[in-house]
Amino acid sequence: MQTKRTTFSSPWLPYALLAPQVIITLIFFIWPSWQALVQSLYRQGDAFGIRPPTFVWFQNFQTLFADPLYLNSLQVTFVFSVGTTLLSMGLALLFAVMVNRMIRSRNSYTTFLVWPYAIAPAIAGVLWWFIFNPTLGILPYVLDMFGYNWNHRRNGNDAMIMIIIAAAWKQISYNFLFFLAGLQSIPNSLIEAAAIDGASRMKRFWTIVFPLLSPITFFLLVVNVVYAMFDTFGVIHATTEGGPAQATNILVYKVYRDGFVNLNIGSSAAQSVVLMTIVVVLTVIQFRYIERRVNY
Amino acid sequence: MVENNRWGNFFAHLVLIAGVAIVLFPVYVAFIASTHPPGTFVRGVMPLLPGTNAWDNYMTVITEGRSRAGTPPIAGMMWNSFIMAMAITIGKLSISLLSAFAIVYFRFPFRMFFFWIIFLTLMLPVEVRIVPTFEVVANLGMLNSFAGLSIPLIASATATFLFRQFFMTVPEELMEAARVDGAGPMKFFKDILLPLSITNIAALFVIMFIYGWNQYLWPLLITTDPSYYTIVMGLQRMVTGGDSEPLWHLVMATVVLAAMPPVLVILFMQRLFVKGLTETEK
Repeated sequence: MQTKRTTFSSPWLPYALLAPQVIITLIFFIWPSWQALVQSLYRQGDAFGIRPPTFVWFQNFQTLFADPLYLNSLQVTFVFSVGTTLLSMGLALLFAVMVNRMIRSRNSYTTFLVWPYAIAPAIAGVLWWFIFNPTLGILPYVLDMFGYNWNHRRNGNDAMIMIIIAAAWKQISYNFLFFLAGLQSIPNSLIEAAAIDGASRMKRFWTIVFPLLSPITFFLLVVNVVYAMFDTFGVIHATTEGGPAQATNILVYKVYRDGFVNLNIGSSAAQSVVLMTIVVVLTVIQFRYIERRVNY
Repeated sequence: MVENNRWGNFFAHLVLIAGVAIVLFPVYVAFIASTHPPGTFVRGVMPLLPGTNAWDNYMTVITEGRSRAGTPPIAGMMWNSFIMAMAITIGKLSISLLSAFAIVYFRFPFRMFFFWIIFLTLMLPVEVRIVPTFEVVANLGMLNSFAGLSIPLIASATATFLFRQFFMTVPEELMEAARVDGAGPMKFFKDILLPLSITNIAALFVIMFIYGWNQYLWPLLITTDPSYYTIVMGLQRMVTGGDSEPLWHLVMATVVLAAMPPVLVILFMQRLFVKGLTETEK
C-alpha cells in the first residue's frame, strides 16, 4: 500500500495519531470477538461458581446445528434476506429507470424517493406494524374486502410478509441512489446506436443497460444481504419479537434472545461465531468485486 | 432521450407517482394517527383524514411521556439521541482523520498491521458480538453513560478509508511547499489538509449523524436508567410497554418526532448526503 513520495518522519507521532482508533478497536472490537471465539468452545459454569466452565471443543456448535430452532432460524433468515433484497432492489431499479427518463422533474422525484433512508429500521417496523394492525390497520381492512383475513399475530406467513415489506421499504432509497448513479454513467451514444439499429426500448434495456449495470447490481446484492441479516434487528425487536411461533426469529434476533433473555452464553457465543463467519465471507466477496471493478 | 414517446412518459410518471405514494404512505398514516384523540382507535379502522387532537397529543408525549409504562418524556430522549449522535459523529470523524493522516503521510514499522486492525472493524458489527461487548462495557463501568453510548461505536473503517483515498489525491507539492516553509506535520494537517477535506467531512457528517441517531440495539443493551434512553429505542418501550394495545395516537406522535431530525438533515443537505453515501460505500 502506497504512501506519499515524501513523508514526514517522526519516531512517535504516527503511533500517537493512530492510538485512539486502534485502542478503541482493540478494546471494543477485537477483544470481544476473541471472547466470543473462546466462549463458544466452553460450557458455561453455573452462577454460584461451584462448577467452573469446562472446555468442550465444538460441542456448542454440534448442539447448535442439531437444534431445530436454530435450523428454523437459518431458514427464516434466508427467506427474509432474499425477500427483502429482491423486493427493494426490484422497486428501486424500476424507479431509477423511470426517473432517469425525466429531465425537468428528475430532482423532485429523487428528493421524494430518498428520504426514507433517514428512518431507523425500528421505526420502519412500527410504521408498517400499525398499517398492518389486524383490527385498526388499513391494509387488513382492504384485504378483508378481497376475502383475505390478515393476522400477523397468528399467521407466520403474514408476519414474514410484513417484516419483509418494512425492511425493504426503508432500503429502497439506498438502492435507488446507486442505480440512478449507475444509469447516469452509461454513455448515451450506446443507447442511440442501438436505437438507430432498430432495437426497441425493452430490448435496449435488457441487452445494453442491464448488463452495464451488473457491477452495481452485484455490489447492491451483497450490501442488501448484509443489511437484511444484520441491520434489521430493530424491525423484529420492535414488532413481532420473533413470533408468532418462531416465524420471524432471524439469526441476529436469536443471538440476542439467547444471550440476554435466556442467558445461554455458550450457545450465544457459538451463534456469534457463525454470524462472524458469514460477515467475513460477505465482506471478502464485496472487496474482491471492488478490486475487479478497478481493473475494468 | 432517443425517441419521445408520449404514452411512455405518461406511464413513467404514473409509476413514479405510485412509487412516491408507496414511500410516503406509512409516514402520512403515522402523521394522521398522531392527530386523533385516543377514542378513534377503539372504534375500528383507522381514519385517513387529520383529527383535531394534534396539539394535545404532541404536548403529552413531549412533556409527560407514559410514566406508567416507564417511558420518560420525549424531550429528554430526543436530547439524549442528539448528544449520542453528535458524539458518535464527531468522534468517528476525528479519529478517522488522524489515523488516515498517519497512514498516508508517515512511513513507520507495523503500518500495514495497524491498517488491517482498522480494516477488521468492517467485519465485526455489534450485532455479531453482542454479549462479550456488553461485558467489556459493563466491566469498564460505562453502562448508563454517554461515554458508553458513543465511544464503542466510533471506530470506523469506512471513514478512515475515505479520508485515506482523499489524502492520496492531494498534490505532493502542497506538502513539499509546507515543509520548505518550515511547517511541521501537525501544522500541515491543521492548516492545509483539514481545510481541503471540508466537503468530505461535511458529507460524512450527514451520513454518520443519521447512523448515530438511528442506533437501536446498542442503547437497548446498555441503558437501564430511563434518563439515558434514546428516542428510537424508547419508542419500543412505548409499543410493548403496556399490557394492552399500544396507545397509538401517542406512539405515532413519537414516531413522527423521532424520524424528524434525520429526515430534515437529508432534505436540507441532499447533495452532501448523496455524495457521502455513494463515496463511502465504494
